[in-house]
Amino acid sequence: MARQARRLIGDLSRRLLYPKQLQQHRNFGSPPPPPAVFVDKNTRVICQGITGKNGTFHTEQAIEYGTKMVGGVTPGKGGTEHLGLPVFNSVAEAKAETKASASVIYVPPPFAAKAIMESMEAELDLVVCITEGIPQHDMVRVKVALNKQSKTRLIGPNCPGIIKPGECKIGIMPGYIHKPGRIGIVSRSGTLTYEAVFQTTAVGLGQSTCVGIGGDPFNGTNFVDCIEKFLVDPQTEGIILIGEIGGTAEEDAAALIKESGTEKPIVAFIAGLTAPPGRRMGHAGAIVSGGKGTAQDKIKTLREAGVTVVESPAKIGTAMLDVFKQRGLV
Amino acid sequence: MVRGLLGKLASRSLSVAGKWQQQQLRRLNIHEYQGAELMSKHGINVPKGVAVGSVEEVRKAMQEVFPNQSEVVVKSQILAGGRGLGTFKSGLKGGVHIVKADQVEDIAGKMLGQILVTKQTGPQGKVVSKLELELPVYGHRIMKSFLLASFILQITVYLAEKFSLVNEMYFAITLDRKSAGPLIIACKKGGTSIEDLAEQHPELIVKVPIDVFTGITDEDAAKVVDGLSPKVADRNASIEQVKKLYELFCKCDCTMLEINPFAETSDNQLVAADAKLNFDDNAAFRQKEIFALRDPTQEDPREVAAAKADLNYIGLDGEIGCMVNGAGLAMATMDIIKLHGGTPANFLDVGGNASENQVVEAFKILTSDEKVKAILVNIFGGIMKCDVIASGIVNAAKQVQLKVPVVVRLEGTNVDQGKRILKESGMTLITAEDLDDAAEKAVKAIAS
Repeated sequence: MARQARRLIGDLSRRLLYPKQLQQHRNFGSPPPPPAVFVDKNTRVICQGITGKNGTFHTEQAIEYGTKMVGGVTPGKGGTEHLGLPVFNSVAEAKAETKASASVIYVPPPFAAKAIMESMEAELDLVVCITEGIPQHDMVRVKVALNKQSKTRLIGPNCPGIIKPGECKIGIMPGYIHKPGRIGIVSRSGTLTYEAVFQTTAVGLGQSTCVGIGGDPFNGTNFVDCIEKFLVDPQTEGIILIGEIGGTAEEDAAALIKESGTEKPIVAFIAGLTAPPGRRMGHAGAIVSGGKGTAQDKIKTLREAGVTVVESPAKIGTAMLDVFKQRGLV
Repeated sequence: MVRGLLGKLASRSLSVAGKWQQQQLRRLNIHEYQGAELMSKHGINVPKGVAVGSVEEVRKAMQEVFPNQSEVVVKSQILAGGRGLGTFKSGLKGGVHIVKADQVEDIAGKMLGQILVTKQTGPQGKVVSKLELELPVYGHRIMKSFLLASFILQITVYLAEKFSLVNEMYFAITLDRKSAGPLIIACKKGGTSIEDLAEQHPELIVKVPIDVFTGITDEDAAKVVDGLSPKVADRNASIEQVKKLYELFCKCDCTMLEINPFAETSDNQLVAADAKLNFDDNAAFRQKEIFALRDPTQEDPREVAAAKADLNYIGLDGEIGCMVNGAGLAMATMDIIKLHGGTPANFLDVGGNASENQVVEAFKILTSDEKVKAILVNIFGGIMKCDVIASGIVNAAKQVQLKVPVVVRLEGTNVDQGKRILKESGMTLITAEDLDDAAEKAVKAIAS
């Protein structure tokens, strides 16, 4: 409150003392509140790699969906236009000109880590890296750099992106299966998430925000980061968590859920229950080793935290609806 | 399945190093002798050894490399562990032999070209194309440590140099999720009883996280050496060896590097007596030399074919062949098949950017698998377009003899076009509406 008042007074005094600067100063009055779960209709997004094949296709899709795409970055193509948007040579330039707060990265693996670092240095609020196949040694460096700062949040890499249905779509998910609604979804998988979305739309619950955290072992955002936001987001009345074998992200989530004492219904599905141990199933992070990271362990830990864990991926939506009914929410 | 040394260690006290030990065969693992060559290139002490692929090469090696030795270890190099206790299909027992110098040619002749069956190869065993000749390092103790040696070793017999073993230690470097960086693990007691030790004396396990940006400092390396507690090896030389190992780990994009045992010789050197290196698949584009070491003759031919077509495929043993887009959904499809009483024949993720050609290749691989009695295609198109999949299926059916029923479930981008293409093709396909329906129909299709 006090900060907003100070800003307002600052604006007014600037207007009186330096009238010329009015034209450059865009911030009249209080800025919009930050998004509940990382993105919303006010998020202004640039695309790193916009002139590439994937960058082009998905920027077109995003614009069609209604996302506020405001520019792109392709080193060497600054000053040109692509899909009606200005292209810049660097993230810093793009941010300065377009006032972007977020970036989506469709850059090939050899250069993707560098692209993430560039956005971090430009201090964007959010970076969503879709790229799959970034060398782990590169991501370890990104992770260390991320941990040393608190301005930029990274989602991914190797993720489908994030979507707030009806407001902002950053990533490769098919927009049409989503419906603005009541369920927050967080997942390590891409297409399996679409199943959960499809099912929750089908049972009439819809989604508040869906976050794909990706399948890599070194990533920017984990279950706990999303669940923390979901727990205090009034639009999110129920949470769906989609996990996989390998690592301890689900166990960390269970601990957070237990500690929070939340009454919001939480449903989970852990993929790979039947995967043979010792085989890496697609995602670099999905590997069970030395008895750790098994689906059984995760399921048990989540159930102990009060989470409804379904064993069939076809029952995610109906399970959530059942819990909603039990709690008198429908 | 595979219960390697590192795996047991991890399950007891370390959740770290063990994580990456169990790798799918498609992930790059290199032979023992290749690992030794690589380490040697980076200035790391390794036992002297020679890889040989024929009896002539054995003869040559004995004359040129080991002219004065009385005994030599002949190690089968196969891409599986348990060599020491394995049995050749010919009847010869043991994949590792310590023999007198004049018997080397003879035993090598009995191993080369033969199939060795171990606990980890499966009943079909693996063919021995190469042998590594090594001088006996620790006398009879070699046999035991080979039992626990890395499970990825090709039957190449490795000849190594004899030197008196003073001490055996354990050393590993891995990328740790919790500390978000490289982690060095050291223990003063390595060799055969490392697992028991980890259980009884976890305090003997020393972990040193390394700052990726600073790199390994003398201080870090010293901590590791103190953890190893070598008895006779020169401290400074040891510190240098540790630093070189870390450099190799970073330069070569390793996801894990394990040395067990890390031995001391009577001439005060640290030597990596047996090492296992795993490399990051994602780094293949910048590690061309290392990835050229991959030996497809040891891999599942279905997986080799899949890798050629850039498909993410893991062969399993069941009856329902799967084609899915997305690793999570692919795993979930395997899960739901099992829930309905079926058995998945494979894991196959066609990915988001699959071309029609790749779909055709995927189909060919699935239909060439004799165990497959039905095929389930489960596609939820995001980037992947349903019409591309549908065209791929129709084209594949034209090229291969479709002898088994195919269940198709399509959803997502361009689903209507996809369904139309399938309908108009005139193919006999079983269509399904959702995951449950698809799995149920696939299982039923086998029964009929």
